[in-house]
Amino acid sequence: MEATISFRDVRLGFEEGDVVHDLSFEVYPRETLVLLGETGTGKTLSLKMAAGLMRPQQGEVNVLGRRVSTMSETELLAFRREIGFVFQEGALFDSLTVEENVAYRLREEHVAEEEIDPKVREALRFVELEHAIDLVPSELSGGMRRRVSIARALITRPPIVLYDSPTAGLDPVTSQTIIALILRLRDTYGVTALLATHRLQDGFALANFYFDAASNRVMPNSKKAKGKGETDSNTRFAVLRDGKVFFEGSTEQMAAVKDSYLKRFLV
Amino acid sequence: MADTPLQGLGKEPPPSGVEREASISEILLGSAKEAVLRVQEYSYLAAQSVANLFSRPHYVQDTLDQMDSIGVGSLPIVLLTGFFIGAVMVLQTASQFVRFGQTSLTGDAVALALVRELGPTLTSLLVTGRCASGIASELGSMLVTEQVDAMRAMGTDPSRKLVTPRVVATVLVVPLLTTMSDFIGLVGGCVAAVFSLRLGVVQFWTRAIDALEFSDIMQGMLKSIVFAFILSTVGCYKGLTVRGGTQGVGRSTTQAVVISSVLIIVADTFLTKLALYLANKVF
Repeated sequence: MEATISFRDVRLGFEEGDVVHDLSFEVYPRETLVLLGETGTGKTLSLKMAAGLMRPQQGEVNVLGRRVSTMSETELLAFRREIGFVFQEGALFDSLTVEENVAYRLREEHVAEEEIDPKVREALRFVELEHAIDLVPSELSGGMRRRVSIARALITRPPIVLYDSPTAGLDPVTSQTIIALILRLRDTYGVTALLATHRLQDGFALANFYFDAASNRVMPNSKKAKGKGETDSNTRFAVLRDGKVFFEGSTEQMAAVKDSYLKRFLV
Repeated sequence: MADTPLQGLGKEPPPSGVEREASISEILLGSAKEAVLRVQEYSYLAAQSVANLFSRPHYVQDTLDQMDSIGVGSLPIVLLTGFFIGAVMVLQTASQFVRFGQTSLTGDAVALALVRELGPTLTSLLVTGRCASGIASELGSMLVTEQVDAMRAMGTDPSRKLVTPRVVATVLVVPLLTTMSDFIGLVGGCVAAVFSLRLGVVQFWTRAIDALEFSDIMQGMLKSIVFAFILSTVGCYKGLTVRGGTQGVGRSTTQAVVISSVLIIVADTFLTKLALYLANKVF
């Protein structure tokens, strides 16, 4: 099976030195790869390279069968419409209302106004923020901003969504809400996702739970009716250290690690 | 980061502890390279802002919004300043003309000074103080809060969406503001001439209008267009190259005003020379 996202021997650095080097990993269709790592290990940079917002100095980045690392900016602008990006702090346009933020992409693509409103409301309903449609970002809490950001990312139903520390700086209850939304997005629309975080519990929640459309609730995987050969989850972990993948494996492998560095994430 | 030559030869660079300090010539060379790089980046942004006009998409609504913000927003300060500049010009020139009994010439002097020089320059400097800083801080804030990246991630070219509308709006409204400033400056001059020098209103306006030639008006317009381009592109450039978070936004805002103001005054010298040459050759 061809990978949806693949990094091969990628290197990127600044004046202070390389941030990532020899970075290689793959994300397969409908899979969620959780990029774990401490601050400064290149998680955000990896996401930005996957979206073509940054260009690697060496190596290859392929997304949806196209080599992002060598595309021109004009090609990238068109290509990025197939990717949803949820930024760490939401990155909502603070001069626009929630409706204008969520509808931004549709208006850029000159979608008819009468089609925009139902789509925006549907996306906001998905993140349970339809009542906030006329508010501006400064009137929203941190968690609400992330939820609007998720609504904005899913408005065009992209096949890939990149999450940059979606729960960073949020309280545990709000973090749970965000993770539940990510689960719902994954299990409802079947998106391929790359999620950067330093919180292992986010990754475990994605790996151990699923969204049950029938009951409209998040349920543990143990209650999921599985088909033949189907595993509990399609979530894998990649731990970044010193600019490269230090560990890559399934939930079970991650939970059973003996390495002292990896164990720090389990505490 | 580029590899060092030693790494290229497969040799290890010296440990960081024994790295020698850079010499003065190396520091100067590094600064010169940095300056050239910045000029190159600025030139590219300025050229791109114009090139965007010749291909789609165009952000007409954003341009109109910016015209409202820059033009209508700046109108009160431009008019107020213009009025008093005109008045003070009359008082200053009259104090000299009165020695020769030629106070009637104040209309000529004020009209020429305002339309050729003070109108475009002072209007541009006022708009720089208000708008170059505003553009730099707005774009800088968008950059540090990842809004510019978000825009790119959604398939929008920030140069088209953020830079070109601001540049076009400024280039369109500054000449209009200059024209209004010129007129209100003459009104201010007239008021000062009537009440201070006891000149007649008709006499003042007749002399002021007769003194002006087409080339004087063209000179003023040419200057205001060039100054508008400078202040808007410098504002955009400083905003989109912010480094160092919110503190960097403040620094860039100040730099945008200082650099724009200096460039406007430097450009004024060359434009005056050019305009005088063209006035002799063409008009």
